[in-house]
Amino acid sequence: MRVRVDGEKCQGHNRCFAVAKELFELDEYGYSHEIGDGVVPPELEEKARLAVANCPERAISIADTEEA
Amino acid sequence: MGGPVEDWTTDYDIFDPAYIRDPYPVWDELRQQCPVAHTERWGGSWMPTRYADLFDIARDVQHFSSRNVLVAPAGPPPDHEDAEAMTAFEVGAPPITSDPPVHTWARRLLLPPFSIKAVAQLEPETRELCRSLIDGFLDAGRADAAADYAQQIPPRVIAGMLGIPKEMAGTFTDWVRGFLEYGLTNADIRGEAARSIFGFLRERIDERKEQPSDDLISYLLGSEVNGRPVPEPHVLGTCFLLLVAGIDTTWSSIGSALWHLAQHPEDRARLVAEPELMPIAVEELLRAYSPVTMARVVTEELEYGELRMCLGDKVLMSFPAANRDPEKFPDPDKVIIDRAENPHIAFGVGIHRCAGSNLARMEMRLSIEEWLARIPEFRLEDPDAVTWAGGQVRGPRSMPVVFP
Repeated sequence: MRVRVDGEKCQGHNRCFAVAKELFELDEYGYSHEIGDGVVPPELEEKARLAVANCPERAISIADTEEA
Repeated sequence: MGGPVEDWTTDYDIFDPAYIRDPYPVWDELRQQCPVAHTERWGGSWMPTRYADLFDIARDVQHFSSRNVLVAPAGPPPDHEDAEAMTAFEVGAPPITSDPPVHTWARRLLLPPFSIKAVAQLEPETRELCRSLIDGFLDAGRADAAADYAQQIPPRVIAGMLGIPKEMAGTFTDWVRGFLEYGLTNADIRGEAARSIFGFLRERIDERKEQPSDDLISYLLGSEVNGRPVPEPHVLGTCFLLLVAGIDTTWSSIGSALWHLAQHPEDRARLVAEPELMPIAVEELLRAYSPVTMARVVTEELEYGELRMCLGDKVLMSFPAANRDPEKFPDPDKVIIDRAENPHIAFGVGIHRCAGSNLARMEMRLSIEEWLARIPEFRLEDPDAVTWAGGQVRGPRSMPVVFP
């Protein structure tokens, strides 16, 4: 699984950071970005899904890394 | 117009006392019968109540401007000759009253001092404040949780950020109520409040120009936009926003949270037993008791669904109603203290997401934690005695509680 923040949509609610600090980092303005290449270790997949579900801007997406 | 409401779909009244006390049945009815209601009262407005509509309108800043975010018309200033009163109505409060492109830099200016990291530095002082307030009434076995506690916290926190003595907190509260509560339906009161706030802030700005400090006013005065200092009227407007937007909003959130907890021993017990739930609980309380309704102004004639909206029409952004929409939130009227999926828009959505949201969350979390640590058992003395304010900001204003 891979997680990604759409920088055009993020408005800095910081909800993803609140539920999954391991996967997201914030810049000085509070806008979020996935950490590194966004690959989600299996034990954090549920947190990644919660980050998607709690983002009011629908800015976060997850994709299956199995995909070509 | 005027008199009791007979048809909420065509003649709603956001200042109806029964609606302020219990708006939820009205929103349910409107969502089903007329998801974008209309009224001629209070200057006329549209009121969407579905999450999907609020989401779309908030993000369409081209057609829905923020140039006037007040839910009721300002009316003429009390004295047209009074330059300061005029200023109060025309300067605006950037970035909340700005559209792009000004909004973009005005907001960027404001975000760093309200980041999670910056706000965390205020935690020890805020916790101490909560404790000292509780010290003041703990032995009495009773308190007004709205007036003696919730109301006291935000004005002191914002005063600290602005570098203004905390003794001004009571005055701030009076001014902000004058502007956003009593003044919403009375132009004289609103003008007087705005004049007081602007006059006070102008003096503080002059002081900081002489002697900069490490507070927000000095930060704004020392900031640049496009290589030039931020214009002073802009600094004044932003300081006005910081004062007005950060007080009765958070006070209402804290008060509503305590109103809920006073009546739900199972949620109190859970938060005491599982303190790690608190951040999730705060989001759920924000969803269920969202305090803030903002307004937008239609920028050109347009068709919204089957409705025709005209240039200058006002739209009430009833984020609180969106957050109770069953299409978006299963069992929306139930507070599920550990609700895992909760994309609420209590702080709005889109480019005007509340810049102070991290601060508000911090104040809510600490104030509830400290209250429950000292007063794990409490109840409303008389549920009917609780008084509510509404319109722009909904929350309890007097809420006597008793505890053993």
